Amino acid sequence: MTGLPAVEAKNVTKTFGAGPDAVVALDNVSVTIRQNEFFTLLGPSGCGKTTLLRLIAGFELPTGGSILLEGQEVAHLPPYKRMVNTVFQSYALFPHLTVAENIGFGLKMLGRRRAERDAQIESMLKLVKMEAMRNRKVHQLSGGQQQRVALARALAPHPKVLLLDEPLSALDLKLRKEMQIELKRLQHETGITFIFVTHDQEEALTMSDRIAVMSGGKILQIGTANEIYEHPVERFVADFIGETNFIEAEVMQRIGNRGQIRLPSGIDMAHELDPAAAVGGKVTLAIRPERIDLVKPGADCQLAGKVENIVYFGTDTHFHIDLDTGGEVTVRVQNRRGFQEVLKQGDAVGLRIAPEAMQVLKD
Amino acid sequence: MASTDVAAPAPAPATPGPASTLSAAQAAQQRMEDKAQVRRWILTAPALITVGIFGILPLIIIIIYSFLKAAPYGGVVWSPSVEAYVSFLFQQDIFTDELVFSPDFLQIYLRSFVFAVGTTAICLLLGFPTAYFMATRPPKQRNWWVLLITIPFWSNLLVRTLAIMFIIRDEGLLNNLLIGLGVIQQPITMLYTDFAIVLGLFYSFLPFMVLPLYASLEKLDFRLVEAGYDLYASRPKVLFRIVIPLSRPGIIAGCLLVFIPALGAYVTPLILGGGRHLMIGDLIAQQFGSGRNWPLGAAQALILMSAVLVALFFYVRASTGKVKHG
Repeated sequence: MTGLPAVEAKNVTKTFGAGPDAVVALDNVSVTIRQNEFFTLLGPSGCGKTTLLRLIAGFELPTGGSILLEGQEVAHLPPYKRMVNTVFQSYALFPHLTVAENIGFGLKMLGRRRAERDAQIESMLKLVKMEAMRNRKVHQLSGGQQQRVALARALAPHPKVLLLDEPLSALDLKLRKEMQIELKRLQHETGITFIFVTHDQEEALTMSDRIAVMSGGKILQIGTANEIYEHPVERFVADFIGETNFIEAEVMQRIGNRGQIRLPSGIDMAHELDPAAAVGGKVTLAIRPERIDLVKPGADCQLAGKVENIVYFGTDTHFHIDLDTGGEVTVRVQNRRGFQEVLKQGDAVGLRIAPEAMQVLKD
Repeated sequence: MASTDVAAPAPAPATPGPASTLSAAQAAQQRMEDKAQVRRWILTAPALITVGIFGILPLIIIIIYSFLKAAPYGGVVWSPSVEAYVSFLFQQDIFTDELVFSPDFLQIYLRSFVFAVGTTAICLLLGFPTAYFMATRPPKQRNWWVLLITIPFWSNLLVRTLAIMFIIRDEGLLNNLLIGLGVIQQPITMLYTDFAIVLGLFYSFLPFMVLPLYASLEKLDFRLVEAGYDLYASRPKVLFRIVIPLSRPGIIAGCLLVFIPALGAYVTPLILGGGRHLMIGDLIAQQFGSGRNWPLGAAQALILMSAVLVALFFYVRASTGKVKHG
């Protein structure tokens, strides 16, 4: 293993078409993916995540910028000259070959000897628990089994990086959960860098070492699941991942990178501030529904309002609160003994929010 | 079972006993089954009549004719004989009346097979890239390419064959062009050669190769091609290990559609071969025309058919066998 990053994209731009109809799929994207990392590209459809993956695989050539694989420029190498393999969304298994032949295809193309190939096929079949299926044709397999074969086929040549293009989207929920665990296990056992593309934020949060949130051809934020969830820097990130309440506040005063902000309720609180936020300007606060406590109205509350709606979810209950100062927030409370048990629609409540639960957004 | 169910709700009148109601119900069901049977026959009749009149009946006539004697001025004499089959391989010596082995007809058959195989091979070699090109165009463009391929069908085969004749004859377009460009001094004789026949056959049957290949390639999932590139297969490897194996149904269909009609081609070898380079089609036509030997013509047609069936059997078996073993 080298100290070099597994993949490095530098100022990558990709435009489809030309002239006025040109579509910018990637807009000056830079990202560094470390060795042995489970890295996820997360974003809604059309955000450019699949394009970035296809550029790393070599199916598309970048319009600008460079792509380094373990420090080597590969942007203009064809896919068959990059030690990178892809698990396709459609699996793209070869229908005219058996399971074993599919898995051995890459090794055969690399010119490996038969004995070596057979040994690797066996170990891959074992890895994905498909030993009994080696002589089946692809159409004789279920969706989950095809998924396993696709994984084994892509892992067999032992690539430097494995690219996974929404590989779980075609599976039903139960199988998807199983495969999520399976993928983590495979990544751990093989020690290969995984780059995983998904639009499912839960999948991204549970599986990834680090996540890059993408939108409109740009990477908005890169960080661990915890960082992305707890400290979103942009409104899009906060909104896309999990549920979020947005509250506007006014900047009253600032000292260094901290300052005083005033909530709509007129309460001032000290908070870290973005350098761009000037005194007298507005900032948006992102507050997760589970980080708000419902209490009796009183002086120690940051906000106050009336219960507008109560939705029971089993493990927790969602309270929709109409704020006295206008606007609505959602509060999620775990179903344990507590104050929320006696709340009814129309009751006046106080909202208590710790300063660290409020994330000041960049916009 | 069904008959007792029908009988059960019927009230039992005084006179007919339970046994007679049962039989009445059985009779009713029998009538219904008869009706259904008749309806089935009526509905399948058009298909059966078509196959019978246009498929089986002519074949039976040919088989019968091949076992009759030839009448001196065409037609047949209704007396059984295997003369036609004997004369396919042997000739009666004029002086001794002895039967002497004569490979003349066999040679024509062999030549026809060589021409047909050659035509099929050339059609495949040129048709595959053409079909691949068409299948990889944007969907809207593809129909225009299909149209272009089928345009020659709008005019008569005879007209198209004569056009080739005018292009390749000694004072034709091609020779004049080559002489005009100074490439050659003397016209190259192309008309009335084997080359002319194969060229004509190739031109006539190319669409029969391109269209099934196109149908196959159009359905090809090009994500599999991408998967091939991803798994270290270079372009030629992707072609031979993924594209060609997956378009095998189209290749088989195209080869059959070219080989079989090419083997029995009549107009093209007649015009472009000048009657000197006979193919089976011309030979058979001759027996019914100037040869005035209908039984021999019928026998030759049947021998051709048997040969094609045997070839087909081995071809299909070989090509499906390959699929099995990947």
